[in-house]
Amino acid sequence: MLTTIYACLFYVATVVLVVGFANRIRQFAMTPAPLKIPTMPAPTTKTGVAFRLFREVAFFESLFKSNKWIWVFGWVFHMALAVVLIRHLRYFVHPVPEVLAFVQPFGVLAAFAMVAGLAGLWARRFVVERVRYISRPSDHLMLALLMGIGLSGMMMKFVAHTDIVAVKAFFLGLMRFSIQPIPADPILLVHLTLVAVLMIVFPFSKLVHSAGVFFSPTRNQVDNSREVRHLAPWAAKLEADRAR
Amino acid sequence: MYVTTDPSEAKQIDPLEMPTLCPGAMAASNPWVAGPDHQASCGFPGELVDNWQEKAIEKMGELLGKYRSLKVYLDSCVKCGACTDKCHYFLGTGDPKNMPVARQDLLRKVYRRYFTLAGKWFPSLVGAEDLTEEVLNDWYTYFHQCSQCRRCSVFCPYGIDTAEISMAGREILDHIGKGQKYCNEIIGKVHTIGNNLGLRPNALRSTLEGLEEDIEDDIGVPVKLPLDVKGADILLVTPSADFFAEPHIDGLIGYAKVFHAAGASWTISSFASEAANFGMFIGSYENMRQISLRIRQAALDLGVKRIVFGECGHAWRVAYSFLNTLAGPFDFLDPRYPVPQHICEYTWDLIEQGKLQFDKSKNDHIKLTFHDSCNVARATRMGDMPGGQFEIPRNILKTVCNHYFDMPADTIKEATFCCGGGGGLLTDELMDLRKKGSSPRMKALQTVQQEHGVTHMAAICAICKTQFSKVMPDYGFERDSILSVHQLVSNAIILEAPHDEE
Repeated sequence: MLTTIYACLFYVATVVLVVGFANRIRQFAMTPAPLKIPTMPAPTTKTGVAFRLFREVAFFESLFKSNKWIWVFGWVFHMALAVVLIRHLRYFVHPVPEVLAFVQPFGVLAAFAMVAGLAGLWARRFVVERVRYISRPSDHLMLALLMGIGLSGMMMKFVAHTDIVAVKAFFLGLMRFSIQPIPADPILLVHLTLVAVLMIVFPFSKLVHSAGVFFSPTRNQVDNSREVRHLAPWAAKLEADRAR
Repeated sequence: MYVTTDPSEAKQIDPLEMPTLCPGAMAASNPWVAGPDHQASCGFPGELVDNWQEKAIEKMGELLGKYRSLKVYLDSCVKCGACTDKCHYFLGTGDPKNMPVARQDLLRKVYRRYFTLAGKWFPSLVGAEDLTEEVLNDWYTYFHQCSQCRRCSVFCPYGIDTAEISMAGREILDHIGKGQKYCNEIIGKVHTIGNNLGLRPNALRSTLEGLEEDIEDDIGVPVKLPLDVKGADILLVTPSADFFAEPHIDGLIGYAKVFHAAGASWTISSFASEAANFGMFIGSYENMRQISLRIRQAALDLGVKRIVFGECGHAWRVAYSFLNTLAGPFDFLDPRYPVPQHICEYTWDLIEQGKLQFDKSKNDHIKLTFHDSCNVARATRMGDMPGGQFEIPRNILKTVCNHYFDMPADTIKEATFCCGGGGGLLTDELMDLRKKGSSPRMKALQTVQQEHGVTHMAAICAICKTQFSKVMPDYGFERDSILSVHQLVSNAIILEAPHDEE
């Protein structure tokens, strides 16, 4: 029964995440950007733009210019989350490649960094008056969700071990449509429930910023407006009235 | 002139000083609403339509399908707070709705309510709200407290540009009949007469002739300001403020002297006698396009080979970033030059070629700094290299002036502050907002005044010049402490007097 519920939950969550997120990306991609609005100074080549986006995604360049506290908490959280996610790949592949085995000890450290980053970001929502003013319940809930995932995960590592072999069997089974029993460990079930909720919420929440950053015209446009004429399809239709 | 003798006070001025939050501090700051005539001249309904709520949501939906910026920016904000202390209107007023994210949220909460699942199902959780009259009034109030300077977009990790949001907000307001008088009246004048001022061709001609006489009386050189000359090489498009306002007009004299020294064939057009394009301020692609097409037509009618723009901030944005889109392609012009060029690019090219001679000592009574106009700094470029918009004007100033000092690094170049009057807010009923919004720039100026004895500030924007000449007295500066860049060029340039032919 438990196994069936969680199997269904993860199938649904995966479909919602993939379809919802793909749909959001499709909307971003299909909406034209009629005017050249890169925040200047901007790169004058596509390579330059790729490098600018890389710096935004890898180092949070603009955030670094803005506020060192948000930058340090935000960057540490995101990078740690990336390491933790990579480490978790071991539950989905068999045998585990050497790279993943190598990441294993860093993943454990990253868990602490991730929770610390989240705590810093959350504290700002209470401590800094300006950030308190702009925070909505959903902003707190999102942090609570991520914090819950991080803490429950760490508890399984450091407090009460769960049967990770069985967990891996469950997920490998899901991927092969051969349902294997899930351990009825409360901490594990909390962890997995929160993850599934996050997956479902993801495409409908501010977490789409992960796609938005790549579609932001102020960041992804090349500064070449004098050399190349940029014309959106809907704007081209307006030109029917032009005599010359 | 404002002088401080106590050196310890120099450290107390902080242009980025954080205000305490004062909710509602600027709730009463509203520009006058456009009347039916002004609305009609831009193609908008004359007064608030009966079904304004329905029409506003419909327009929002349309804009969401037309502008990726709007869609991505409304979806992507994570409320991190990076932008909260970046807006000069927030720093100057402390009104939390002047924090860029809070300004965006005025539109975002309605977007969420009508266009997103989360906002439809759990409005209070995600801060979604119905479009009520109160929200509408907030839109009008606070989208007219954004000068679209893009400072927030520099610091946002996703590049969210509040200018895109306030433009969309104003576009919606215009389409339900609640436009702003200042912008829409001016746009109407450009559509019918050709410039913001409503200056007709004859008046323009006599103004330019009067200026020619003044220059010749002054320096004994017959510098010309040609109007509507067919077959001229260069069309100069400059803000109409250059024809009458101080210190703008001294900049215009500077352009004329540079053209004269270069022996250039140039002309102003009475049909496109305006560089400014207020269509951008109201987010109206169509109005912006119509205004831009006047320039194309003038260039074709006069048969010019190049287009050069005078000193104007947002005009240079529309010119540099949008003109090719709105009114291009300009394949009928000389392909050896970028279309359009900025007068600073033109002048700097001549300086680099050694074609201009200066007597820098003519500006020795001036200790100068430079105000990077927001739209030039963050929405355009000059020259071949990114950042040329910062270097070229400074290079010109350092060529013509011996005493040049920059303001603090976090208040110039890409981090520059708006003058406080940009984005269609340069109207008298917003004077309180304008004065408060100028405070970060004025404080930065005070720091170099104290550290280096700076006496004057140069700018390359008609709005900046007008705004500063109005607000500077409040901060202890003379109103003529603001100068045009080409005014300094004009002071120092050496022109040969004509040889007596008799």
